[in-house]
This record gives sequence, C-alpha cells and structure tokens, in this order.
Amino acid sequence: MVSETMTDIAAPAVIKKPVRESQRALMWRRFKQHKLALVGLWIVAAFYLVALLAEFLAPVEPGAYNPRYTYAPPQAIQFISSNEDGSWAFGPYVNGYKSTIDKKAMRRTFAIDPEVKIPLQFFAPSEPYKLAGFIPLSVKLFGVSDPKTPLYILGADRLGRDLLSRLIHGTRISLSIGLAGVTLSLFFGIIIGGFSGYYGGWFDSVVMRVIEFIRSMPTIPLWLGLAAALPKDWSAIQTYFAITVILSLIGWTELARVVRGRFLSLRTEDFVTAAQLDGASDWRIITRHMVPSFMSHIIAAATLAVPGMILAETALSFLGLGLQAPIVSWGTLLQDAQNIRTLATAPWLLTPGICVVVIILSLNFFGDGLRDAADPHGR
Amino acid sequence: MLGFITNRMISMVFTIWAVSFIAFAIIQLPPGDYLTTYVAQLSADGDRVDPAAIQALRDQYGFGEPYLVQYWKWTVGLLHGDFGRSFEWKAPVSELIWGRLGNSILLEGLAVIVMWLVALPIGIYAAVRKYSLGDYLATIGGFLGLAIPNFFFALILMYLSFIWFGETIGGLFSPEYQNAHWSFGRIVDFASHAWAPILVLSMAGTAELIRILRANLLDELKKPYVTTARAKGLSEFRTIMKYPVRVALNPLVSTIGWLLPALVSSSVIVSVVLNLPTAGPLLLRSLTSQDMYLAGAIILLLGILTVIGTLISDLLLAWIDPRIRFGSK
Repeated sequence: MVSETMTDIAAPAVIKKPVRESQRALMWRRFKQHKLALVGLWIVAAFYLVALLAEFLAPVEPGAYNPRYTYAPPQAIQFISSNEDGSWAFGPYVNGYKSTIDKKAMRRTFAIDPEVKIPLQFFAPSEPYKLAGFIPLSVKLFGVSDPKTPLYILGADRLGRDLLSRLIHGTRISLSIGLAGVTLSLFFGIIIGGFSGYYGGWFDSVVMRVIEFIRSMPTIPLWLGLAAALPKDWSAIQTYFAITVILSLIGWTELARVVRGRFLSLRTEDFVTAAQLDGASDWRIITRHMVPSFMSHIIAAATLAVPGMILAETALSFLGLGLQAPIVSWGTLLQDAQNIRTLATAPWLLTPGICVVVIILSLNFFGDGLRDAADPHGR
Repeated sequence: MLGFITNRMISMVFTIWAVSFIAFAIIQLPPGDYLTTYVAQLSADGDRVDPAAIQALRDQYGFGEPYLVQYWKWTVGLLHGDFGRSFEWKAPVSELIWGRLGNSILLEGLAVIVMWLVALPIGIYAAVRKYSLGDYLATIGGFLGLAIPNFFFALILMYLSFIWFGETIGGLFSPEYQNAHWSFGRIVDFASHAWAPILVLSMAGTAELIRILRANLLDELKKPYVTTARAKGLSEFRTIMKYPVRVALNPLVSTIGWLLPALVSSSVIVSVVLNLPTAGPLLLRSLTSQDMYLAGAIILLLGILTVIGTLISDLLLAWIDPRIRFGSK
C-alpha cells in the first residue's frame, strides 16, 4: 500500500494539456449546430454531383427527340411486377404508353398502359461519350435495353425529348453559371472593394456612389438591355460567357461592399499596424495578414450570392434573352412552359422550377450557416 | 427638413443623369444605327425614301457624330418630351409608353400597399408570439416567398386557376373595359384581373418585410421602456402598438429603397408571363426586335420611376424619424 502511494506521488503529475481546436474545427462545430444549414449543404452537394456526372446520370441525350412521344406523361418507376400466372417478380420497370389520336385537338393523347412493361437496366450500355469532357465511358447509370422503347420518367416535351435527361444537363449549366458568375463578381468585388476599403479617400467615395447607384436600379431591365445586344450568331460557349459577364457586371456590388466593410474594420487593427511598422508592403499586408482573417466571411457572402445569379440566369433565359436554344438550362427549359395551353397539357414541364426553388432554399440555408460559422466565437 | 430635401433632390438629379447615360449606352449597343434600320424598313415596305427627310432626321439625332453629341441631342429631345421614334410601331415613343407606364405604376403601387398591409400584422404577430405555430408558419412562408422565382409563381397560379376554375388569368381588363373610362364596373373588372399579378409581385417583398419587422420588433420588445409601459398598467395591445412597433417601423420604411428596384424588376417578368399591358412586355418586345429608342426610353423611365420612389420613401422616413431629418447619422 505504502509503496504504491509513493510511486503515485513520484509519478509526474499529468497536466491536462488544454485542447485547442483549430479555427476550422470550431467553424465546423458551429456550422453543425445549424441543422437546416447541414441539410442545405447535403442538397447543394447532391445537386453539384448531378451537374458533374450529368452525362452518366441522364438516361438519354438531352437533344434526342422523338415526335411520336410529344408531351408523353411521366412514367412511374415500379419495382414489383405481378405476372399473369400470379407469380411475382422484383426489378425496376416502367409502363409503356397507349396512344390515341385526338382528331379534334389534332394531337396524340397518351395513357399509361399497365400491360406493357419496359424493364430498366442498371449500367445500361450506350453510345460512347466523355464524362465531364475527359473520362471516356459507354455506359449510363440506368436505361432501357431496347432504345426504341420509350423512357420518360419526368415526361416529354413538345418534341418528345426526355425531360429528366434535359433537366440533368440543365442542372450543369444553371449551377455552373451561378458559380462562374459569382467567381467573376468576387474577382471584381475583391479588387474594387479592397482598393476602396484599404486606401479610402476619393476613390472610396466614388466607388460607394457607383455601388449605391447600381443597387438602386431595377436589375432585370438592365440585364435585358445588355443581353439583347449580344450578337445572335455567337456560339453557345460565347453566349454562356457573355451572360456570365453581364450577370457579374451588376452582381459585384454586394460582394464589393462586404469586402470593403471588412477592410475598413481591419485597417485599424493592431496586427495590421504592426505589419505596417515592420515595413511590410501593402500587397503583403493585404494578402498575408488581412485576407486570411476575413476569407471565411467572403466565402459566406459569395455563397449567399449564388442563388441570385441562378435566379437571374433563369429569368433571362426564360424571357428568351439569356442562353439560347441548343444550350439546356433551367431557364430555357421553363421557357417551354410559358403558355397556359402547354401547361394544361404538360404540367410536368414545371419541374425545372421546383429544382430552382429547392436549390435556392438550400443555398440560402447553407450560406446562412456559413455566415454564422465564419465567426465561431460570436454570440 | 428643407436642407434634407434639397440635398436629396440634388443627388436625385445626378442619379437620373447617370440613368440617362446608361439608357443611352444601351440604345447604342446593338450594331448599326437606328436610321439605317429605319431607311431599310421604309424601302422594304415600298415607301419612297425622301433624302431630305432622312437628312433632317440625321441632323435631329446627330447620327454619324461623336457619341457625346448624339447623347446631347437625345437628352435635349427628352427634355422636350421627345423620346425618339419606334420603328417597329412607326410612332413616336412617347405615344406608346405613357399608358403602359401608368399601368406599371398602378400595379407596383398597389403591390407595395398590399405588402405593407399583409406584412404588418403578420410580422407583429410573429414577434409577439415568438416560436408559436403562427410564427413558424410565417417563417416557413417567408423562406418560400423568397425562394420561389416570381415568374414561376405566376406560372403555377396560372396553371392552378386553369385546373380549378377553368379560367385563364392574365391581362388587366376584359375586352369591353379595355379602353373605357374609369367607372365602378371597370374597377371591379380591374380587381378581378389584378389580384393575381399583385399577389405575385408582393410575395417576395412581403416575406422580406415580415422577416425584418419580426427581427426589429424582437429587439425592441426586450427594452426596458416596454416593461415600464406595462408596469404602468397599459393594456398589452396599446403597449406594443404605441411604443415598440413605432420604433421597429423606422428601419422598415428605409427598406423601400431597395424593395422598389426589385419590385420594378419582377414586374417586368411577371407582366410577360401574365400578359399584362405594362411596360415590361413592351420592353421585352422592343429589345428582341432591336427597337432601341423604345427600349432605351422604357429603361430610362423605369429607372427614373425607381429613383423617385426611393426619394419618396426617404422623405417619408425623414418625416417620421427626426433623427434623419436633423442629420445625425
């Protein structure tokens, strides 16, 4: 007994080292508390994954049309089929269509035919393509074994094109234009807002007036005016980049304001003064001392700017002055649903709008969570 | 107050000048000039092109002269109420736009009123009964209201009304009231058409106003003066309406400044969807047919409209809040 106590005392007292979590760990912990933000993060990640894997996920080519299936309604995917002899089989399939020609309305009307079963096949072989532009593949996630059989899980449009495949490809365009627009806005915003906030003076006043002016203008008419001037003979890629530039011409103001505000508040901090006294150059102070300390805020602000970009692209393309026909985006898809007769025949054409709502909600929640997490010690 | 108004007036003049510059830049953006298009169209229609008339137009608008000279001639024309000619409609722009602009102003004004009427009670309720069922519903509705693109909402509304009532919504008047003078019947007819666009236009703004009002009011409700008022025996309703609500309203009035640009923006696209006789569809059409003087005039006037609206909200704010009137920032 005695000896044991002796050794106990002799042993060096273990001082519990204070656990210091990194800034990143603190932010993550703070972010996780915001449940909606977490859900938002997962949904946003899922959408961007779809955008990345568009060619693999889309069962058919977005441009493939088949006038026999004009406005064919959505087919539900079913898993359990009962055969005529009463036996059961398990495996995904969709039902075929019974089409009748409506002489009065001069169009085909479709009804789901429960007798016809079109089996779905995972990893269905397809024409060779390049995933994301560089991975050669010749298999799709799912498809039908016989390419002549119809597969319209979300229905078909006026030309009998598969809405699901088009939606998946549109996701890529709409989400990437949101990212590209925000990246470009961020570029302008950091340069202009940074100059303005760091140097102040007359440049700052001019920039602030310009920002106030742009923010007091209705954006859609301006965007329309600029987009209408794009030459009609530009290629898809050119229009895409031109639209991105047009969106960021107005979108930079909010980010510039955030950057400027951060610079203003940091300019008088002790660590910046210390760096200045040490003779560090302006460039070094900005890039090594100031930017890292507010990068998280900028990322949060940029995330919150993405929904606006997506909305703007959708609105412009919807009006026919944004992206043009061969490019598939959520906006160009919704353009097909513009008149009430089409809507009454094919309400499924509104699905892209639901995607817009879901991604905007998710991005907003995700951005809100980021904003709270950017300052893990606050509140 | 007078100093404040003068100050705001001067800055408004500068803003309007900047708007006119941008509108003119947009007019100039497409390749080719208006006159070449006009002449080409006249000859295509088989009209004889009178060189003297063309020369007169050329002098009037300053075609072929430097950009700034053209801009100058355009602005001088504007000050005389001459917005240039629309070659698509073969009429002076000023004849085409006023009626439609009036409809725009009417709809947007009504949408602002509806926003306030709806947002005030809901916002106050959500703050006073924090975390109640109503508060949660208001919050969810607010998020949805901000996330649903207005043109998508208009499409859904169109679809639902067609499915449920077999009616297509759209337009502002039935044909028989189209050009009639205002009368009781016309007002009823207008109301039966205008509810849809007003609902769509006010949705996002209402959501935003509720959110701001709720946050402002929650801050105010915690303050000691509310407790004092309560302790002195004021009824709960009067306590809330007389003090914290009035304070919480001030930041709300200043939000008109950025609510209005968004409203004007969305009215353009909603009008296209719902086929309303406002400035929006005319703008879209003029842009697609590159009828640039018409487009430029609409962009200019929508901009000026927004600036004036913002000025009114600023004056309103100064009127209800002495801190702003007396210039303490």
